[in-house]
Amino acid sequence: MPILQVKNIQKSFGAVNVLKGIDFSLEQGKVLSIIGSSGSGKTTLLRCLTSLETADTGCVEIDGKVVFDSESTVKLTRQEKRENQLKMGLVFQSFNLFPQYNVLDNVMLAQQLAAKDRLDYKAKKQEILAEIEEHSRQIIDSVGLSDKLQNYPCELSGGQQQRVAIARALALNPKILCFDEPTSALDPELTHEVLAVIKELATRNMTMIIVTHEMTFAKEVSDQVIFMDDGVICEQGTPEQVFDSPQNQRLQEFLGSFQK
Amino acid sequence: MELTNGMVMGASLSDTLANMWNAIANSSFFEVTLRLFEGLFTTVELFVLTLLFSLPLGLIICFGSRCKFTPLRYVVKTIVWIVRGSPLMLQILVVYYGPGLLFGWDLLPRFTAALVTFVINYACYFSEIYRGGIQSIPRGQYEAGQVLGMTKWQVFSKVVLLQLIKRIVPPMGNEFITLVKDTALVRVISVYEIIWMGESFIKKGMMWPLFYTAVFYLVFNGLLTLALGYFEKKLDYFKS
Repeated sequence: MPILQVKNIQKSFGAVNVLKGIDFSLEQGKVLSIIGSSGSGKTTLLRCLTSLETADTGCVEIDGKVVFDSESTVKLTRQEKRENQLKMGLVFQSFNLFPQYNVLDNVMLAQQLAAKDRLDYKAKKQEILAEIEEHSRQIIDSVGLSDKLQNYPCELSGGQQQRVAIARALALNPKILCFDEPTSALDPELTHEVLAVIKELATRNMTMIIVTHEMTFAKEVSDQVIFMDDGVICEQGTPEQVFDSPQNQRLQEFLGSFQK
Repeated sequence: MELTNGMVMGASLSDTLANMWNAIANSSFFEVTLRLFEGLFTTVELFVLTLLFSLPLGLIICFGSRCKFTPLRYVVKTIVWIVRGSPLMLQILVVYYGPGLLFGWDLLPRFTAALVTFVINYACYFSEIYRGGIQSIPRGQYEAGQVLGMTKWQVFSKVVLLQLIKRIVPPMGNEFITLVKDTALVRVISVYEIIWMGESFIKKGMMWPLFYTAVFYLVFNGLLTLALGYFEKKLDYFKS
């Protein structure tokens, strides 16, 4: 059974129909890349999946559990909302690190706040906080920034900031990690170090959805590729199918523009 | 000729200085200073208490003016318009005399009436500064907090607040300095602050104590500026 099942997601902003019915599914441990020109609805789709936008219609199921259903009238509790939210991690194009916290605190903050809701928090506070710190240090180490624990975001390069952002999202153990054009704000050199981290995650079987304009990277890292145009999925398949023998005319044009 | 002239001038200068010193001593410079310090105490008290109450109240008003519930938003915006749109001096008079004239209530103590007016007035100005600050925080900060599972309050208190404070220190500093000088308005209901004290010497034929009050304001605001600068530096460790 797929870990993610997306059915008929539609979203309009006023009169603008941004998503016109999106359906796809993703298997556990696979990497999905979403490609397409700007304004095709890729980012909006990602924002609907991560609850930053509420889709007008449709339903999202993660790991067999419905996390969004436009038909549902059930009011979720705060705890349920948070649980649903945390099934999905999101890495932003503009990093969005918290500038007043150092690297370690950026990664620990959400975990510390969540821990306060634990019933045993008062009794085992020290233990829990120590655990969180240990876990965070390990994750920061895994993105290669253990020497930057005490640095503030303004002291880091864009690539380093994005790696912290990835660590921050990973620290909450999301079932699926989403990337919204993670390298679009970076120069080629820094892009490389961020992509290396994502590749490393792929080898560890992290389920990921990556919205990107890095075609070579998408081809290399993905198990599944979706090409979106004008709010619909025009073509999807394996990277070989999509990149090497595209059927859809828009996709051919789109890929053609990259070869020039 | 020139020499004598110089000597005459020198003599007259030292005479003048001696006369001035005598004038100051005779007109009891120290007594005046003491009285002005008494006034300064009231000024400082009003300044500190106003900030103490209006800073949090301003944040509440700010939330009100950003509230999704339209009627409340309009009520708050109307209050802010009235408070910011009318003279503070008039507001002091209204708060002091208004309840008595309208409902026959006892007058509030003068200082209390002045404090209430200042708190409301400054809270309204602060609310607009907060609003500008909150709107200037990138949306990505809220979204990052949300996808990390934080509640709205956690995002505000743990993520936004310190960035907000950093951004509003300069405009707030402006308001603080204006507040120091606005305290002079409370003399319309005879609260004995510095200017009132200085003016009281005019009856005794002394004009200079009134001008001397400027020194107190300048020193007060000088120290305030230093404190604000220090605070700004403290928040310099991050950029947002």
